[in-house]
Amino acid sequence: MSDETPVAVRLTGIGKRFPGVIANDDVNLTVHPGTVHAVVGENGAGKSTLMKILYGVQAPDSGTIEVEGNQVSFSSPADAIDVGIGMVFQHFQLADNFTVLENIVLGAEKLHGTGERARRRIRELASAYGFAINPDALVEHLGVGARQRVEILKVLYRGARIIILDEPTAVLVPQEVDELFDNLRELKAEGLTVIFISHKLDEVLKVADEITVIRRGTTVDTVVPADVTARDLATLMVGSELPSPATEVSTVTDQVLLEVSGVGLVDPHGGRDLLTDIRFTIHRGEVLGIAGVEGNGQSELVEVIMGIRHSPAGTIRLAGREISDESTTRRRETGIGYIPEDRHRHGLLLDSPLWENRILGHQTRPPCSRRGFIDRAGARADTERIVTSYDVRTPGIDTHARALSGGNQQKLIVGREMSGDPVLLIAAHPTRGVDVGAQAAIWDHIKTARRKGLAVLLISADLDELIGLSDRIAVMLRGALVGEVDPRTVTPTQLGSAMTGAEVPA
Amino acid sequence: MSTPTHEVPRDETVTRSRFSWGWLLIGIAGVILALGALRTVTGADDVASAGTMGAAVRAAMPIALAGLGGLWAERAGVVNIGLEGMMILGTFGAGFAGYQWGPWAALAFAVFMGTVGGLIHAIATVGFGVDHIVSGVAVNIIGLGAAQYLAALTFTGKPGGGPTQSPPVERMPTFDIPGLSWAGRELAQTDLVFLTDAGAVLAGLTTRVSLLTVIGLACIVGTWLLLWHTSFGLRVRACGENPQSAETLGVNVYLYKYSAVLASGAMAGLGGAFLVDDASVYRDGQTGGRGYIGLAAMIFGNWRPGGLVAGAGLFGYTDALRLRRGGESVHALLLLIGVGLIALAVWWLWKRKVAQAGVTAAFGVGLVVLHLATDSVPSDFTGMTPFIATLLVLGLASQRLRMPKADGQRYRRGEAG
Amino acid sequence: MIRVRSMLMTMAAPILAVALAVLITTVVLLAAGDPVGRVWGTIFSEPRPRNIVNIINSGSVLYLSALAAAVGFRMGLFNIGVDGQYRIAAFAAAYVAGQAWVPGILNIALAILTAMLVGAMWAGIAGLLKVTRGISEVISTIMLNAIATALVAWMLRSVAVPGSNNITTTPIPESSRVPGMALIPGAHNEIYGFVFLAVAAGLFYWVLLSRTRFGFNLRATGASESAAVASGIDTKKMILAAMLISGAVAGLVGMPLLFGDSYSYGVTFQPGLGFAGIAVALLGRNHPVGIAFGALLFAFLNEQANALQLQAGVSAEIVKVMQGITVLSVVIAYEVVRRANRAAEQRRVAAELARARAEATEVTG
Repeated sequence: MSDETPVAVRLTGIGKRFPGVIANDDVNLTVHPGTVHAVVGENGAGKSTLMKILYGVQAPDSGTIEVEGNQVSFSSPADAIDVGIGMVFQHFQLADNFTVLENIVLGAEKLHGTGERARRRIRELASAYGFAINPDALVEHLGVGARQRVEILKVLYRGARIIILDEPTAVLVPQEVDELFDNLRELKAEGLTVIFISHKLDEVLKVADEITVIRRGTTVDTVVPADVTARDLATLMVGSELPSPATEVSTVTDQVLLEVSGVGLVDPHGGRDLLTDIRFTIHRGEVLGIAGVEGNGQSELVEVIMGIRHSPAGTIRLAGREISDESTTRRRETGIGYIPEDRHRHGLLLDSPLWENRILGHQTRPPCSRRGFIDRAGARADTERIVTSYDVRTPGIDTHARALSGGNQQKLIVGREMSGDPVLLIAAHPTRGVDVGAQAAIWDHIKTARRKGLAVLLISADLDELIGLSDRIAVMLRGALVGEVDPRTVTPTQLGSAMTGAEVPA
Repeated sequence: MSTPTHEVPRDETVTRSRFSWGWLLIGIAGVILALGALRTVTGADDVASAGTMGAAVRAAMPIALAGLGGLWAERAGVVNIGLEGMMILGTFGAGFAGYQWGPWAALAFAVFMGTVGGLIHAIATVGFGVDHIVSGVAVNIIGLGAAQYLAALTFTGKPGGGPTQSPPVERMPTFDIPGLSWAGRELAQTDLVFLTDAGAVLAGLTTRVSLLTVIGLACIVGTWLLLWHTSFGLRVRACGENPQSAETLGVNVYLYKYSAVLASGAMAGLGGAFLVDDASVYRDGQTGGRGYIGLAAMIFGNWRPGGLVAGAGLFGYTDALRLRRGGESVHALLLLIGVGLIALAVWWLWKRKVAQAGVTAAFGVGLVVLHLATDSVPSDFTGMTPFIATLLVLGLASQRLRMPKADGQRYRRGEAG
Repeated sequence: MIRVRSMLMTMAAPILAVALAVLITTVVLLAAGDPVGRVWGTIFSEPRPRNIVNIINSGSVLYLSALAAAVGFRMGLFNIGVDGQYRIAAFAAAYVAGQAWVPGILNIALAILTAMLVGAMWAGIAGLLKVTRGISEVISTIMLNAIATALVAWMLRSVAVPGSNNITTTPIPESSRVPGMALIPGAHNEIYGFVFLAVAAGLFYWVLLSRTRFGFNLRATGASESAAVASGIDTKKMILAAMLISGAVAGLVGMPLLFGDSYSYGVTFQPGLGFAGIAVALLGRNHPVGIAFGALLFAFLNEQANALQLQAGVSAEIVKVMQGITVLSVVIAYEVVRRANRAAEQRRVAAELARARAEATEVTG
């Protein structure tokens, strides 16, 4: 780049500390105008923090930010918006009970008012980018893809010239990802600058003009996609090759451990059925993967098997025993281990010590309790065992769960759920948001469980994980199982189209 | 771009309940007709007399203002059960300034004292992230204590005053609305089923109207305009629905939350001024739980100004009835509510909501039986009306109620995204 | 050592809060032109034996009320309705005891049982509404408080002793009264026999919450309802159970007064104990020992303030202002301490991990 064209964004020596964590340390990043610049790094590497700093949500402890040649400092996102930066967050920032229009004009009421002029402007923008969006629809009625488009509209409405997208593909299937990438290229063609955060290397290679790698909070290198392979990027990202979930020799037996037949679930709010006529079996030593776009009934299926929700029809048999009418506690006692999809909300008491978290889900069983009383000594001793054998990195078992990293929290949960000799392990997004080290460890634990003869129900949005670990994959769409694919032959793209309701590959 | 554009189907865009004058008039006519019929059937003349209506408005305004206070705070995501305390502060303020400098000073000082209460709540909940309920309880304790302490300090030894009572306070001027007031009274003299009652209601609403009532009405309309038709209101409501999203769009959430909670206190304080004006004096215990009733009216009204006014009107009406041959009047009202509930049950049955229909019918039949089996209702029970009504509404229609999504949640800057 | 430090910080919070409350109250007094020195001199003077007895007595009542609120708090339920529950329960117990259907001590037992049942039932309505209809217990208990007030007033008038000036229930017979104890030398008044009821309730609370499976489930539900559900806890049952227990304890609040002092329920029966209990529970951080200190502090302030009018010409209500500020500042102080502790812990974990990593590289390298 010549000296005359100023860079779009230049970050120099950015540092940011949280208690006990250095999220960013001496980060240097140069983004050229009119390019798609990817920032990659594993979970917890500090990508999101960096982008929040660039968007003014958080203030850096050190370093300087330069936008289009001018040094700036942001005290709130308003300042970032003023210099033409927009951000689409990983977790959408939308008020459900507001209309699309209200969500878009909020904070930018001065541009085109809050009424008809704004509505017209939104329609213009939407049609310019081919978004099918009704400005007066309530956001709560929109699907994931539409919400993302509203988020992008929010940014465009404010006339942003630099757009940050934080893990935008995490919630999309491959086909939607392609659509999004088309949109990004269009934005680029109009001279906008896109900063694209991801940890999926193949995607990054597909869309980026330049790639900056972040590792443990600091920038390692900036490369051009033509010069590198996914393997090179992985080495830059984690210092070694990425772990692979590849399958081992089949351990599938013909002994059925879990049999679900004819299970359904009605939407209590009167929408279409959440689950319809679900039937499948899992054998001893088998991993059944469930593929599906999120929100197609996977969570509900797990909750029905766990007894958290109740199916009006059908039966669930575990190890030959009918459990359809039993409580969650009884089902757990019968031998279900459960790694929930959201560990913070469903898996842990964040502000309780680890040993109390060990009791969770095992309140009725030794070593955690005896005759209605909590066995503190037993629970503590067993927590020590889990911490050691599952390599949970913690100063001690009196540490609160919140203080641990995502990966260590998840290892604790896996260790807990593998206690008490389960026969069925339900793992919902077991490696979501954890670092590669923990990811590899958790994959190993799932493989071990399979080898030990457990039946495993695996739900994941990570298609590589699903294909790698599963013996069979069932595809779920709108609350029904619509087909099965063979993980040995299927590709992620084929799986993706099956998930959106296109032809199921044979 | 290749994505096929298709318009979102009509039924997916939720039509928000729009204000319509036609329905409002039909509703008012229906209420008058029902009350008139009730008066004819039971002979309880006070259920629709001009006196009752005038009293109902006076009783409803402080409730509505407290409810408005609740609305401001909760629309910005701050639960405010400290309304009672803020209202108490308002009554003291009105008494303190009122007896010395007249009704306008009373109003200003009541608003000021209520705002101070709001400030305490705002500092605790918005500034320090204290649980909203805890802070509300504390504000109630502080408000009551402060008013009692200050009253003892300033009113003791003053002519007509004492530790629990202020010297007499001059009232706001009242006026008759020309034409309407006369027409109403004339109509009420006639003996035609609907017109008599309509006249009485009209006369009650337009005769000896206090300037304070006009100010209160202006607050209600003003709140509605401000919160739903300005960008300021959009931002305030965004703070109640999803403050993080507002933050990421550069909205200073703290500023809007503070503003809303201060406004909340001001409204509650104004409600206190009403009570003092109505009684011409500050008295210890004057609010009598009206802050809570206001909260109830707001929930009853589904966190919307129109519903809130309806709730406050209903509660004010029952309150007014109590003072006007309450035993007989409320006894008559039982029949109306009973029949109304049975009608609602039939409607629900038609909608195939059997459980709700059953419960509603049971309550309705119970009330009718109660009406037939007794001759009058003890005055204690009329005082319960707002609370039982709110519990019933919550119990029967909780699915249709929608409070702001982030109501009561703690918000810290910098945690968005 | 680190745990000791965090404990010290926790202890510091309420002390700081009281200090802050004193400071703010002083400002209020100065602004009002009241004699600051004499006010604090009166409040913080050494209580006389008679006052000590009163402090212990009203402290025990506050303690019960705070325990009732704390049961709810521990599982994230706001039982604002202790106020209504204790009054309606005290009325019922007073009525039952006054009828003297059974003799002597049995009558006491029957009355206590009645109080607990009625309190539990009244709280149970809110629990039921929350479980079946999803109605916030804050709102429903506020409504139920007001309904209880009206209901008690009506019932009281229906059963009041005819011909008497005081509207009260029939007094409890001599044989069913709980004798006081002259424990404080130099005091003419006696400590309620039912102080033991408060102690027993505190012990029960501690064992239930920190040692039993039920208590674990209750705390887990309070810490994270979603995690509790996933772990197999029937949270609806827990909500109902917690409200019933809270209501039953609330039912006990009026008992020391009823059996040791007033012997009947009348219009003058002490009001406002429910909200004071909430304040005390927050002050004592829902811990049985902490609550005891909180209850005694509030009782101390109330008792000492009685002399304010006489000694300093200041209304005793200033103490209410101080108590309210104490509650707010203690909650803020706990929050600040919690954040500090959390940050310290995260730093500690990070340090531990860094050390472990360094060791690992040493071994491999």
